[in-house]
Amino acid sequence: MSVRPNARPAGHKPPFWRDRAKRALVFQLLLTAAVAVFLLYIVGNVQDNLSARGITTGFGFLNNTAGFGIVQSLIDYSSQATYGRTFLVGLLNTLLVGGLGVLAATLIGFIVGIARLSPNWLLARMATAYIETFRNIPLLLQIFFWYFAVLRALPSARDSMAFGEVIFLNVRGLYLPEPLFESGFGLIPAAFIVAIGASIALCVWNKRRQEATGKRIPAGWISLVLILGLPLLITVATGVPITWDVPELRGFNFRGGFTVIPEFLALWMALSIYTAAFIAEIVRSGIQAISHGQTEAAQALSLPRNLVLRLVVIPQALRVIIPPLTSQYLNLIKNSSLATAIGYPDLVSVFAGTTLNQTGQAIEVIAMTMAVYLTISLLVSMFMNWFNARVALVER
Amino acid sequence: MLNKKHWLLLASAGALTLTGAANAATLEDTVERGAVQCGVSDGLPGFSAPDGDGNWQGLDVDVCRAVAAAVLGDADAVNYISLNAVERFTALQSGEIDVLSRNTTWTTTRDTTLGLNFAGVTFYDGIGFMVSRDLGISGADELDGAAICIQSGTTTELNVADYFRANDMEFDPIVFDTSEQTVGGFQSGRCDVLTSDTSQLAALRIQLDDPNGAVILPDIISKEPLGPVVRQGDDTWFNIVKWSLFAMLNAEEYGVTSENVDEMTSSENPDIARLLGQDGNYGEGMGLEADWAYNIISQVGNYAESFDRNVGMDSPLEIERGVNALWNQGGFHYAPPIR
Repeated sequence: MSVRPNARPAGHKPPFWRDRAKRALVFQLLLTAAVAVFLLYIVGNVQDNLSARGITTGFGFLNNTAGFGIVQSLIDYSSQATYGRTFLVGLLNTLLVGGLGVLAATLIGFIVGIARLSPNWLLARMATAYIETFRNIPLLLQIFFWYFAVLRALPSARDSMAFGEVIFLNVRGLYLPEPLFESGFGLIPAAFIVAIGASIALCVWNKRRQEATGKRIPAGWISLVLILGLPLLITVATGVPITWDVPELRGFNFRGGFTVIPEFLALWMALSIYTAAFIAEIVRSGIQAISHGQTEAAQALSLPRNLVLRLVVIPQALRVIIPPLTSQYLNLIKNSSLATAIGYPDLVSVFAGTTLNQTGQAIEVIAMTMAVYLTISLLVSMFMNWFNARVALVER
Repeated sequence: MLNKKHWLLLASAGALTLTGAANAATLEDTVERGAVQCGVSDGLPGFSAPDGDGNWQGLDVDVCRAVAAAVLGDADAVNYISLNAVERFTALQSGEIDVLSRNTTWTTTRDTTLGLNFAGVTFYDGIGFMVSRDLGISGADELDGAAICIQSGTTTELNVADYFRANDMEFDPIVFDTSEQTVGGFQSGRCDVLTSDTSQLAALRIQLDDPNGAVILPDIISKEPLGPVVRQGDDTWFNIVKWSLFAMLNAEEYGVTSENVDEMTSSENPDIARLLGQDGNYGEGMGLEADWAYNIISQVGNYAESFDRNVGMDSPLEIERGVNALWNQGGFHYAPPIR
């Protein structure tokens, strides 16, 4: 390191404005103070103007009766519930479509991404066509396509498409039988949990055995049979403590059973298919980032292609895949606010739409809605960062 | 439409943040601009919808034209801003528009907590139901379990929920942003019932592919007084909008029409003389010229003319005057006297 010509002799303390670190600190404090003053000014100004214009402010409205109906709710909701409750209903509907969308998009995305690299010419070209089609059409148009062109074209309630006289599909949605649980039902979830526990133990044992002896059993298939079979066995053994509430046409609509509204179906399909196209590209790039030598080495050990992917390529590709995957998850959740365009009762439609309009408290409602999306996004980000750290390459 | 809504909300938040104290000089601003900023619907025939030449027409539009005639002497000096139900109040609060004339129901919440004032009633309405004719339904009490298409952000959302709860019936609310989408939902069979104010139903029905395939049920389940809205805190502007409407109603009562208004200026009737500015200047208190009401009547017409032309028997909607007749003809419209 060279000595600056005007460097002062050691021991002599320069005045603070000549000290770079202290000067930086002062500027940072000044900037922070300026931002704080600006924010305070904005908040104060908003409050002044709202009261000058006679507009009610505050969050008291959350305790008032909402008085409007919502078509889909995961929790008990009636028009006698409060505006605060409409917030929860909207939030849960957003989380429902976001969560299921992330699951479906990941599944489709991985399958298409891997298919695109398949040596099978037709499969690879189909995957390419899928990606290029859905990635390049605006999401809103895709939502409209699924809602107006596909689901609106379904037959009316009276001419429903019936699947085995228990499942019905019509323009009003998908009607499924709903299980009603009778006494003795508690054993079935218990069997389910036992089966999952046994499967995990089996996989751990299988891995240790493989490490020790090089032999492995198809633990995945055994686990699947166990998880599905054990609860089913218990169900039959206890004399089937489930009755099905089958939907039937009464009056205008199907009554009973479980209804999936077409607004949800359209939004879910559009979000999943659109985001999956991006995820497929991320998966493809992640896999191609792994040196082909790895694949060749695994093949030289005569591992079958699916095991090459599962044991060698994908674990290494994941650390390339996960950071951009996080962005896609965040996009999907935020894009779910397009729900309002087709009337799916998500947070934006119910709370930032109807509730805002009935109460007129735009600033509070929009602030709460923005805070929700910010919180969800930060939580997803946090989880994915944690997961990324777990799969990151551990250098030995 | 989504982007527009969000943009509006953000813009209003921004406007509330950055502008100074509430602007009370709407009249001066309007004169300076040379046009009235008028918020109308996103297309509701009879009330506010552009005609074949792109000119806005309708009963609600005529209120804005009347205000423009009174203030600027030119009924055409209006800038129309098309708003959906969710956007409308924010647009008025933020000052993007100065009059909201968009089939808006007068309720306590809207009048007292939004910083707005209702300047009168242009149309007495009530919520009704439209159903497909082949369902064979004759009354609203047969609608248990129906899927109902409703426009978001309207009093209809609340009143329909009240009605079904009070009658111990169930329904599925299918809520859309625009009236066009609710019609689409009704036509495709997504909902059994289209609900709105009966006047709107009449307007929406003629937009259907097969208007005769749908019937409007006779039941009216709520009171929906529709009228123009202005911001609170500018009493002069509030008075101008209020009295522009009253001038149209009084003109009908005294038999003054756009046809005979010039002859009427020499009328001996003291009520007509005061209305037309021949006896004193009743516009002075509002900062207007003496001929303010003359301009309204000569350029826009009286209430009956506007009603017949836009929603009444001379229009495709063919709505009866009914409760919208004047007080001395069995209706509700009763304008205070000009004196």
